Amino acid sequence: MRNLFSRTLQTTIIFLIVGGVIALALGGYFSSASNVFTGSLVNLQTWFSQRFVAVQDFLTAPRDMASLRQRNSELEAEVSDLQAQVIQLQQEVGETQILAALVDFSRANPENTYRAAAVIGRDPSPFLHFVIINRGSNDGILRGMPVVTDQGLVGRVDAVIADAARVQLITDPASVVNVRIQNAEVEASLSGSVTGDVTLDQIPQDTALQAGNLVLTSGLGGGYPPDLIIGQVVNVRARDFDLFQQATVQPVVDFNRIEIVLIIVNFKPVDFSPLLPVP
Amino acid sequence: MRNLIAAPVILLSVILQSAMISRMYLLSGIADLPLVILAAWALQQDVDSAWHWAIAMGLMVGFVSGLPWFVPVLAYAAIVTMAQVLQKRVWQAPLLAMFSVTFLGTVIINLLTFAVLRFSGVRMPVEDVLGLLILPGVLLNMLLAIPVYAVMRDLARWVYPTAEAE
Repeated sequence: MRNLFSRTLQTTIIFLIVGGVIALALGGYFSSASNVFTGSLVNLQTWFSQRFVAVQDFLTAPRDMASLRQRNSELEAEVSDLQAQVIQLQQEVGETQILAALVDFSRANPENTYRAAAVIGRDPSPFLHFVIINRGSNDGILRGMPVVTDQGLVGRVDAVIADAARVQLITDPASVVNVRIQNAEVEASLSGSVTGDVTLDQIPQDTALQAGNLVLTSGLGGGYPPDLIIGQVVNVRARDFDLFQQATVQPVVDFNRIEIVLIIVNFKPVDFSPLLPVP
Repeated sequence: MRNLIAAPVILLSVILQSAMISRMYLLSGIADLPLVILAAWALQQDVDSAWHWAIAMGLMVGFVSGLPWFVPVLAYAAIVTMAQVLQKRVWQAPLLAMFSVTFLGTVIINLLTFAVLRFSGVRMPVEDVLGLLILPGVLLNMLLAIPVYAVMRDLARWVYPTAEAE
């Protein structure tokens, strides 16, 4: 009975001491000692953890690097393929837009029959403004046929072989097109130059010409069908002592960037040279 | 058999000229690749087919171009003549000869073209032709001269291997 009492007392004292220590610890009375202890533990665990991670990296990194490199090269190849596809698609979109515009133009002008051709070259001489197209006599192209784009007049066929033709642009220095000026209701001749500028000549002095007037083919002379758009008057040069006015024209077609053209194949140019008097 | 090499080189030069180089403008002037190739070929020491090249190249360019056919033929013949005269006199400085032939050849072909077009009634201001066509063309041809000369020299060595090389 006495032993049982003393054991219960011991247990109670131990619980009281432990509880007191815990209470003192929770109350912050042992903070400096517990900080030292837990800090040491944390440092020790950190040291072990770092070494383990370093060893683990050492053992596993080569395999990951190889797989990453392989994956990287695969992705780079895929990016290259996609970039090539993007460029190809952009080119196709550009061609489709041009062709759609040409189809719209041919639908808007049903009186003419068109044949599309791609521009495959330019004249080797800087003096001449000719382009070479990939349609020839096998496609029904004949000398003298007018060439247009959806924007306006380009020129006319100058020479033809079986599968190609040479087109004289209206910017060529030897090109002369009979035109009429809308609103001013006057006819004139449009000529090219070595620099690619086009100018209007033979405009009577009493004509009220303004910048912005639209220039169209007149059809006079039978070289071109009437009412094909050429461009707009940019500036006018009228001097009292000249017989005629001159004007600079901004063509609607960008001749440096022609890719696809339309040839009007149902137009027969009139050759009136036999009617000209022989000197 | 050696002359067969002329066909692909002439064809390729005219195609490149028409399809690519004619689209690369400096002001209104362009380089003349067939002219530079012909000059470089005619200046090679063992080459004996420069006249054939000049006529074939002139006819080819005349066929593609809107120019009268005899203009490039005459101009290229003049270039070969100049090249052969210069090659005998300044053979120790081939690049100097190349530059001279390129410069004079460009001026000759442009002036001949100008004269023929003026004679046929095409209006062209002289100052525009000089400042916007001929001078930029000369500059571009001079830039082409060095690489083309190097390529044609290698081609000539391949087509006409010397006794030392053999």
